[in-house]
This record gives sequence, structure tokens and C-alpha cells, in this order.
Amino acid sequence: MCLAIPALIVEKRGDVAKVSVGGVIKEISLELIDRPADVGDYVLLHAGFAIHRLDAADAEETLRIMREAAG
Amino acid sequence: MKFAAEFRDRALADAIVSNIRKSCRGKWSLMEFCGTHTVAVFRHGLRSLLPEGVRLVSGPGCPVCVTPKSEVDRALSLCDVEGGIVATYGDLVKVPGSGNNLAGKRALGADVRVVYSSYDAVEIARRVPGRPVFFVAIGFETTAPGTAAAIMRADSMGLQNFFVLCLHKRTPPVVQALLEMGGGAQGFICPGHVCAIIGARPFEPIARDWGRPCVISGFEPADVLQAILLLVRQLEEGRASVEIEYSRGVPYEGNSRALDAMDEVFSRADSEWRGLGMVVGSGMKLRERFARFDAARFVDPGLESLPDPPGCKCGDVLRGELAPALCPLFGRLCTPENPVGPCMVSSEGSCAAYYAYGREGGAPDLERLE
Repeated sequence: MCLAIPALIVEKRGDVAKVSVGGVIKEISLELIDRPADVGDYVLLHAGFAIHRLDAADAEETLRIMREAAG
Repeated sequence: MKFAAEFRDRALADAIVSNIRKSCRGKWSLMEFCGTHTVAVFRHGLRSLLPEGVRLVSGPGCPVCVTPKSEVDRALSLCDVEGGIVATYGDLVKVPGSGNNLAGKRALGADVRVVYSSYDAVEIARRVPGRPVFFVAIGFETTAPGTAAAIMRADSMGLQNFFVLCLHKRTPPVVQALLEMGGGAQGFICPGHVCAIIGARPFEPIARDWGRPCVISGFEPADVLQAILLLVRQLEEGRASVEIEYSRGVPYEGNSRALDAMDEVFSRADSEWRGLGMVVGSGMKLRERFARFDAARFVDPGLESLPDPPGCKCGDVLRGELAPALCPLFGRLCTPENPVGPCMVSSEGSCAAYYAYGREGGAPDLERLE
């Protein structure tokens, strides 16, 4: 039940955003997110709410650690 | 960066697996707490990749499965309120109470609606001001802030017909409770999306006071494997700390806005878990200021719940003490088409995951489950 999926913000009006999830457009709330998120950003979407803005730098860093350890 | 496909790469997974094999000398049991992790482990066949020294145990991390029958009965009784509408997430509708479930109530004429978001339930209440709308709020800390937001929205809209049956639960207290019962595992794969909200800090006592390493993990195959690697390394080195594998999803301090919303609306309460009993501080209840939204006063006070069906071992499965396939009902009397217990009903229940994926290519791997 704690599934949350990456969703791309394609439109934003105040705390309401339209996001694309694999091409399907959904309207969601940004009221619970604590970092500013804008069009072009990915957010973690859970039950109609963005709960976190995803940063490419964090993801790249994790991939780097995974690959490096594999060395 | 798509934040998902990159972490499903086979070569990357192979490299992490080979690291796990290199690092693992002892025998370690690791509990994946979260039902979403259980499904990821099975869907991607991760157990079959692990060395013999690593044993994965599924924990009580499916909110639907741990909701006791008495709570489901309370939700069912709301279906009988004159003119009432019961709105909830799809996960809950098939879960049996004493004799029926919400889907069954709907078949008998009750107005039960599946919503995607808590705001959908508020919207239903706005559209039908003459009828009480009961939102049955289930889920861990990932989901509870959305319920808090819905209650605050209903409050600011002045809605008089929106009510919440709060079945939300908190996760760190139950990990602690498992350990106090002598259960759990040597290391914990901690729930990434719960921690997106609460951060890493609430798991620190598990590492510090119990000496059990905790790694907060994402949900793609490389994430789960990397979390296993980090746990194995800690265990092999005799360390116990909280690490975040899922750094793209989890800030150490969590999400302050979501935490504030949750804290404004809910206070801490004791809560009953199926298979575990009452766990101190693991529940949430509406604060006095929002008490008028509490659906509890509509619940039939004379409710009496029936005991679990004979033979059902969901309680043992939820504590991680019994592999689903070893339940005498599993796959025979209890199947996803005809479930007896909640762990088979919920798509994220351990039994449903074992049934759907664990049997592929033959019987479940009983030796490894033991």
C-alpha cells in the first residue's frame, strides 16, 4: 500500500499539478511536498499527493555507489 | 533520469549480487518490513539470486493485513448507517471482517466507493451534502498525511458530512514490538516510502538499542539488492546503524510539511495489530480540535467480532515466524480467488506474493523458506 511512483510534472497551478505517469495524465496535490517542485521535475506520487521531489543528482550518486562497489 | 528504469538494469543487479556473495560469510536473517518490498522481492525473483547465508523474512508491513478483524467490522458497520457512503482505498474492500467484507456489503446494496485519493472522498462529501461520507483511512505514515490534508480541507470548507474512521498505523513502534517479542530478524530492510515522510531518525533506536542494522531501501530490484548488501556488510563487520540506500526518495529528517500536517491532525495512540496484539504508540487518533470528523461515533457499539477461521496462520506469518507456504491452508483452502486470511487477500500480503510468484516453475522453495 506504500507504493509511490515517479511522476513528471507537466503543468502546475499553485498547489495543484498535472503529472504524467508513463504517459497517463493525472491531477495531483503538491500540498504535502516540502521542497519546491516545478514543471519538468519528477515527484514521488502516492494516493494523489506528491510526497517528495526527486533529484537527479541523488539518483546518479546512488547509481555511482552501486557501480563503484562492483568495480 | 527516469528514477526507475535505471535501477532495473540486469548488469547492475548482477554486480550487486556478486558483491553480496563476496561480503557474506555468516548466516543472516533480514526482514523486509514493507509489503511493497515483499512484492518487489518476489516479482523480480531476488531470493533466487541470494547466497545461502542470506535469508529474507517478510514482516508485518502490509497495512491491510495487520488491520484486525474488529476494525474491519467497524468499517463494515458504517455501511449500515442510513444514507451513508463509505469511501476507501481499493486495498481494503475485499478484506474479510466477521462474515463479510466491504465488497460484499456493496453487493447487498450499501454505497461503498473506491477512491484513489483522500481528496476524492472530500469531493464526494461536497457533492452530496445531505449524506454522511465515511472515509475509512488505512495505511502507514506514507498515507496518513493525505488523510490529515483531507480533514483540514473539509474543515476549511466547513463540511458537516465528512467523517474519518482512522485506522492509520505507525511503523517504528511495531518493529520495536516484534523485537520485544523475540521476533524480527538480525537486520531490517526499512520501508522507503514511510521514511520519505518520517525520515531515518525513528529507526535509530532499533540500531542503537537493539544492535540491529537498518537500511532504508527503494523498491526497484537494484535498490533492494543494494540494501541487502549494506545490511550484510554491517552484520559482517559487527556494526549496527541506520543507512539510507534510497537517498533519492528519503531525506534523513523526512518531509517536514507532511509531518506537520500529520501532527496537527493526529495524536499518538495505542493500536491493535493482527498477529501482534496491542502495540503502544503505534496508532493515530484525531486531536480534540478535529474530533467532529471522527466516524467512530457512527460505529455500532454492540459489535462482536468472530475469531479468525480455524487453521488461519496470518498472525504467525505477520510476525515473520511462519513462511506462508507452511500454513496448512495455503494454496489449498486459501487462495487469492478464495482467501481465508488477509495476507492472501491483499495484493501486498506475504501469502498473495508467495502464491503469485513463489510457485513459479514448481513448488515453493520450502527448504529456503524454513
